[in-house]
Amino acid sequence: MPRPLIGWLDDRLGAASFARRALRKAFPDHWSFMLGEIALYCFLILVLTGTFLTFFFVASGREVVYEGPYRPLRGAEMSAAFESVLRLSFEVRAGLVMRQLHHWAAVVMLAAVVLHVLRVFFTGAFRRPREINWIVGVSLLLLAMGAGLTGYSLPDDLLSGTGLRIAYSVLLSIPFVGTWAAFLVFGGEFPTAEMIGRLHVLHIMIIPALIAGALAVHLGLVWHQKHTQFPAPGRTERNVVGSPLWPTYTFKGAGLAFVVFGVLAAMGGLFQINPVWLYGPFDPSVVSSPAQPDWYLGWLEGGLRLFPDWDVELFGHLIPELFWPGVVLPGVFFAVMLLWPWIERRITGDAREHHLLDRPRDAPVRSGVGAGVLTFAGILTLAGSNDVLGPFLGIPVEDVTLAFRVLVLALPPVVAYLTFRACRSLAERGGRPIREARRLSLRRSRTGGFEEP
Amino acid sequence: MRRPEAPAAIAFGLSILAGLGLAVVYVVGGQPQVEGALLGVSLGGVGVGLILWGKRLLLPEQVVEERDVGPSPATERRAAQEALGRGGEEIGRRRFLSRLLLGALGALGLAALFPIRSLGPRPGRSLSETSWRRGIRMVDEDGVPVTVDRLGPGSIVTVYPEGAVGSADAQTLLIRVEPGRLDLPPDRLAAAPEGLVAYSKVCTHAGCPVGLYRAQTHELLCPCHQSTFDVLRGAEPVFGPAARPLPQLPIEVDAEGFVRATGDFPEPVGPGFWDRPAG
Repeated sequence: MPRPLIGWLDDRLGAASFARRALRKAFPDHWSFMLGEIALYCFLILVLTGTFLTFFFVASGREVVYEGPYRPLRGAEMSAAFESVLRLSFEVRAGLVMRQLHHWAAVVMLAAVVLHVLRVFFTGAFRRPREINWIVGVSLLLLAMGAGLTGYSLPDDLLSGTGLRIAYSVLLSIPFVGTWAAFLVFGGEFPTAEMIGRLHVLHIMIIPALIAGALAVHLGLVWHQKHTQFPAPGRTERNVVGSPLWPTYTFKGAGLAFVVFGVLAAMGGLFQINPVWLYGPFDPSVVSSPAQPDWYLGWLEGGLRLFPDWDVELFGHLIPELFWPGVVLPGVFFAVMLLWPWIERRITGDAREHHLLDRPRDAPVRSGVGAGVLTFAGILTLAGSNDVLGPFLGIPVEDVTLAFRVLVLALPPVVAYLTFRACRSLAERGGRPIREARRLSLRRSRTGGFEEP
Repeated sequence: MRRPEAPAAIAFGLSILAGLGLAVVYVVGGQPQVEGALLGVSLGGVGVGLILWGKRLLLPEQVVEERDVGPSPATERRAAQEALGRGGEEIGRRRFLSRLLLGALGALGLAALFPIRSLGPRPGRSLSETSWRRGIRMVDEDGVPVTVDRLGPGSIVTVYPEGAVGSADAQTLLIRVEPGRLDLPPDRLAAAPEGLVAYSKVCTHAGCPVGLYRAQTHELLCPCHQSTFDVLRGAEPVFGPAARPLPQLPIEVDAEGFVRATGDFPEPVGPGFWDRPAG
């Protein structure tokens, strides 16, 4: 940084000593540490493209007749929201690229977030003293899922309307308060005129603001507590070894950011996503088949499809079958996830601080549990597209469902046990560090640099 | 150019060209695929260039920082606890005032809950009723009244109460089967004249429209979660997650051949809820 700037800032803020330490802050290098960064860059793109989309989107359920350039729908009745999405896609220059870029960024962001969570989980990065950031991180995952759900419901097309219908029914299924909850959230019995406007406010203001706030805490805590690192010669629990923020890490980070932006932009232009004009406007009496939500909600959809017809009558009241897979399953799932640092501490009795990461084999119980839960969620996700899998495999959908009902309970314990055993024997066989120390001698070259002889 | 900068320079150069190209494409009318590809190259070029610069041209450098963040010394902790305790003690001495303050904040919190009530109407009976009433004619999605001779055996049509086309909760499936094959209790059989039987189209599982009909097996299938209902036996669920049958709408055929409802659905349509009367 030029000297006048440092001087100017230091005169006013006393920033020089902070800048000196900050610029030399160590950022450990490992490919898996980039996953969270990718999610962050996706979020930036989402905010930018989302701002553009907001200028054109009309958050209204008002009935209009389409008279735009897309012929198959000319003369069709639709909501003003759906019409504005068609206008954005066909009439606003670069609008379609922005819309598709936005949707791809959301899909990729969720993938990056999930992989980042898995990285943190399987390497034990959530352990003391980072439990607070684990909770902030899981909250970010939930917020990102909420942003996705509210976002793809906005165009008011046939597919998203069906998704909203299911969300409404899930709310309705909650004991005691379900009816009121559904009516207050949706503004009455589904479908309502209010719902698009409410989803819009959630999607463009409340959820992004919460994400931005949680993200600031998340990154602030990483900065304050310093990053974890994999064990290697010279790396201990007491230090952190890595590239300095300036210039090495800045170049790498900014480079990765622009590559992510570029890949997403190319996807937004070249790969079609959510072609709502093919689905048509929402009509409560029509449903497309097959119908799937975006991938990160597939496991919940799969739960709805697999759960048997068990409704419970209780003192003249009804707990619908939808309540268990729609509310209890995700509730328990995320509660266990939030509490995992303490659950694991209970299992292992290890309450010490950890800054050096585990390899998955170093923690057989954790890795076994993680692999089992992944299997569970994976089978549910597959079950969420049983109507595609059935015809694809040439098997009746009913048989696919029955098979998944067995697998979703039988396979996770088997995978968990096998993973546990595999980690055990791997750990017993080799306790070697990941990277051997390398002996290296350098020679001063004539031009003043260093080179290997 | 065989200098170490070359690869990064090429990346930046491509980015410049793509950026200029993007401007040209935009001005001449825009084309989504080309826009995406050029935007991808212009952004990706900067990214690749930065990474190449960082990896090949910057000195590989590792810094070692001590981890100086951790629990504070015991004296600091005690001092912090004392600072907190001192303030708390001082407030605690004004017991009356602090209770009033808590009361005021509590009342404020309670008052803040009430606007939530404005977000939606009282559910009341709205989930238990549809707009079907005795004597209302059935119309199709174009508003044309349905006559019995329009429906041959095995046919199915989505119908609405006359004057409420598109109604989400009143949407009904009118199906015609061979009269002798309906296996229903006598009172419900009477509500299905001439093999015409009407069921709510709203799935009792998650509320999707039950849109698929397997005419050979007389089964209705919900495409969302594959709940399957047996048309001949009162739309009882035979497969999938749905636990309750699709409610049957009582109907009659009038002298002119129009199909009319003889009342509303006997039970709430659609997904279950806490206060749903036991069926």
